[in-house]
Amino acid sequence: MSDSLISETVKDAVDIVKDHADDEHVHEVDAGDHGHDDHHGGHHTSLGLSNTKLAMWLFLGSECLLFGGLISTYMLYRNRHSENLGPDQLWDIPFTSASSFVLLTSSLTMVLAVSAANRKDLRNTKIYLGVTSLLGGLFLAGQIYEFTTFYREGLGFTTSLFSSSFFTLTGFHGAHVAIGITMLVATIGMLQKDKISGDKAEAVEMVGLYWHFVDVVWIIIFTLVYLIPA
Amino acid sequence: MTDTLDTSSDHGIDEAHDEHAHHGPTDKQFITLFFILAAVTAAEVAVSYIDFGSADWLFLPLLLGMMVFKFFAVVLYFMHIKFDHSLFGRLFYIGLVLAAFVYAAALSTFQFFAG
Amino acid sequence: MAIIERPAETPEYVAPVPTASGTYGYLRRPVETEGWRSWAFTVDHKKIGIMYGVVAMFFFIVGGLEAGLIRLQLAGPDGTILSADKYNQMFTMHATTMVFLFVMPMAAAFANYFIPLQIGARDVAFPRLNALSLWVFVFGGVFLNTSWFLGGGADGGWFMYAPNSSVPFSPSNGVDFWTLGLQITGIASLVGAVNLITTVLNMRAPGMSMMKMPIFTWMAFVTQMLLLFAMPVITVALFLLMFQRSFGATFFSVEAGADPLLWQHLFWIFGHPEVYIIVLPSFGIISEVLPVFSKKPLFGYPFVVFSGAAIGFVGWGVWAHHMFASGLGPISVAVFSVATMAIAVPTGVKIINWTLTMWGGKLTFTTAMLFAVGLIVQFTVGGLSGVTHAVAPSDTQQTDTYYIVAHFHYVIFGGGVLGLFAGFYYWWPKVFGKLLSETWGKWNFWLMIVGMNLTFGPMHIIGLQGQPRRMYVWTEARAGEGFFNLGFWNLVATIGTFILGVGILLFLINVWVTHRPGSKTGKAPVDPWDARSLEWITSSPPKEYNFARTPTVAHLDEFFHRKYENQAGESDADGHTDHTAHNYVQVRTGEEVIQIEEDHADPNIHLPAPSYWPMVLAAALPVMAYGVIYNTLLIIVGAAIAVMAMFGWALEPADADASDFDPKPDGPDNGGETSKELANV
Repeated sequence: MSDSLISETVKDAVDIVKDHADDEHVHEVDAGDHGHDDHHGGHHTSLGLSNTKLAMWLFLGSECLLFGGLISTYMLYRNRHSENLGPDQLWDIPFTSASSFVLLTSSLTMVLAVSAANRKDLRNTKIYLGVTSLLGGLFLAGQIYEFTTFYREGLGFTTSLFSSSFFTLTGFHGAHVAIGITMLVATIGMLQKDKISGDKAEAVEMVGLYWHFVDVVWIIIFTLVYLIPA
Repeated sequence: MTDTLDTSSDHGIDEAHDEHAHHGPTDKQFITLFFILAAVTAAEVAVSYIDFGSADWLFLPLLLGMMVFKFFAVVLYFMHIKFDHSLFGRLFYIGLVLAAFVYAAALSTFQFFAG
Repeated sequence: MAIIERPAETPEYVAPVPTASGTYGYLRRPVETEGWRSWAFTVDHKKIGIMYGVVAMFFFIVGGLEAGLIRLQLAGPDGTILSADKYNQMFTMHATTMVFLFVMPMAAAFANYFIPLQIGARDVAFPRLNALSLWVFVFGGVFLNTSWFLGGGADGGWFMYAPNSSVPFSPSNGVDFWTLGLQITGIASLVGAVNLITTVLNMRAPGMSMMKMPIFTWMAFVTQMLLLFAMPVITVALFLLMFQRSFGATFFSVEAGADPLLWQHLFWIFGHPEVYIIVLPSFGIISEVLPVFSKKPLFGYPFVVFSGAAIGFVGWGVWAHHMFASGLGPISVAVFSVATMAIAVPTGVKIINWTLTMWGGKLTFTTAMLFAVGLIVQFTVGGLSGVTHAVAPSDTQQTDTYYIVAHFHYVIFGGGVLGLFAGFYYWWPKVFGKLLSETWGKWNFWLMIVGMNLTFGPMHIIGLQGQPRRMYVWTEARAGEGFFNLGFWNLVATIGTFILGVGILLFLINVWVTHRPGSKTGKAPVDPWDARSLEWITSSPPKEYNFARTPTVAHLDEFFHRKYENQAGESDADGHTDHTAHNYVQVRTGEEVIQIEEDHADPNIHLPAPSYWPMVLAAALPVMAYGVIYNTLLIIVGAAIAVMAMFGWALEPADADASDFDPKPDGPDNGGETSKELANV
């Protein structure tokens, strides 16, 4: 299947310019002829791709800018705290490592769910989705435990710039996890009740893309926030 | 193993020559990759505890390198960018690169990278 | 309502005709085709586009009234029309309204209406999401403006610099309405961007490569890419400000060790791409208009495309030119200064291409053409003053003076708005079936040109004479010496404002005269301008399904090539062919081209069905926003409505049921293709 939309567009452009330079006005661009499935009577897509998948990747691309901004704010303000309420005093690396491991495992179970869905194995799809959501819930519980511990140790949302930035960044991440869990559970329910009109495997895959992205953001947060000392 | 009725893929409309069919890692390969990622995570944590002494300059590149490895492992394999139509990856990378660039530029005006 | 007609030759199943009772998740689906409900719950991109346009025009008037009050206040010395506090609110809301509630949604109106038509699609990729974008914008804009009645509008300037915008310095709720209102409208923009990018990439008609797309669609596409990546950045800024104001965070509190530049960076990383978001759709519109009224193809189409992409790309690297006077330091300033000069280049490429399009062409100065040429002239003025800002040392004198106000009004009004008006006059017959009056149109145009130049021209002068921005009053004592001092030019600018206002009023009168009951304006021909691009191969207005059959595209300017054939290039006596000769001869009229399409109409036409959920979900957002300002309980109520709406949406079957998809997703002749042209969302 022809590959790059971008390189083809560039090639078309160059051809058009060259033709005009040679005073050739018969530029019959093949147009990549991406759309000759008229035997299907009209459900044509220019690139043969799923609209939903395209949309999800676009959304994830934009989320890079969102989390980038939150991470940058944290990185700017990470050292602006009082002497005894900074990362060195507060972090419980073993605990957070365990949380990270939980989230990583949930990514595995997610990918196994997608794999099962592609095999039309609905039973295992639901099981893996269920495990993923449980692991996500476990991660979230760990976050809540961590935050309440910090709070009890004196780190509130407004305590310092470090604390505001930390809670904002991890709070946004946690909210994304919560939304992910909601989607996972909803997907299980909708699979159960056969309420997914359209491609079931694709629906699971979309939830999977979102879930992996949330995991990937955590990979960055865990390293930059927790493991890099002041 | 994903089979030909995998409608979540992005087959070209040229069904005739569809060998670019939806390959991807097998479940077993995913599990293997998972263990690799778990090991790298453990390594990262270990590195954060080690006192590098005079080799201090090693610390950040090592940690960031492992972070980047994990990031791309998940994005390329778990999220399937490596096996899907290149457009998906490019759209995502535009966002990623843009974010890295503008935020690094902004932070540098705060003398963030000046040590 | 989905129109389904199955050809008799598929015996495997008979598609059920959807009825109101048969098509519900947990709420019956609206199915009305007439009346207000057919507009309120529509997912048709054309109706949505029109509604975007109407609401945007309303906000244009609101923003214009706010501008009028500002100019009245500054018409003479010691103005008493607005207090200092009210003045702050007025210029903040004027700019916010004009940028976020007029120009952006008006461009969205054009993009929504014309992108599917220009690429030969029946609708956008996600019709319900499209409706969501519309209603989120409408409710967000209304929410933002209720601030006027609930304690005052936002008063920190449209760029809302922190910590000035934090509670100690802006104690009223105005800034909260601003942050929350823009969060809401930001959702509309982001969702719209995802929708339109997917549409452009994946729903082009057979044969339409990217380099055969009409140029407006290209520019709108680049705009959507900018929106996709710029909106999250201002989202971060808005959340940080909201947390500061409503929850006591200290992100911008200098006494807590914060750096105010954080706000400026976040805002302008969004803010600079934003100005290209404002102007690129207008560049696209005139790139359509100029060739039609020059009877020549767009000169250097690939260059216009790539310069648009280049502007989008380089536009990410210049934001700190809004911060030259903020203490960034010489290295940063130098880098951003050079980058800003660089971005003048692709813009210059466009100006050249537009001019060369007209060169040697057979020009007709219809109102649309006047506005298009007007853009080239007026935007160039704004672009030139922009270059003087790029030179950081001179910017240090200009910044925060009226010289800057002059610059951005020339580029936004002279660039953005004139382009939109060109689009109104050009596409009005297609959208509404009637031609706007050319007589009223010319008065409209010339009064707007005279008005805008009288208003914004003198601002260059008073800026260099030293009048700062956002100054609520001026006095005789500080007005400078001589006759042509601040006082004189401020008065001229105010007079210009009213001429401009009359000019815009003439547009509204034109619309009224054309469409009022008893109007003598007849039905417009389907191809009044002898246009070139695909959206004209439809009736006026287009049918609900846009095209009788999905067109197959073989050329850029496909419509032109169906009407005109190049009959030069035949061999002479020696058998040589001169390939450089052109002799385009009309072989068909526009009506005939359309008739051919209708004669080959598709037997199966699927349209997405209307839905309540976009409006319900959209309504939940202001509820949550009021909750942040007034009562936490409302946040929970709003969130509950939003969650319920999302579930209702997800459970609502697409159209009738799975058999509505052609072919069935899991059917025998599927071949594994996931063509979700009219997707579930």
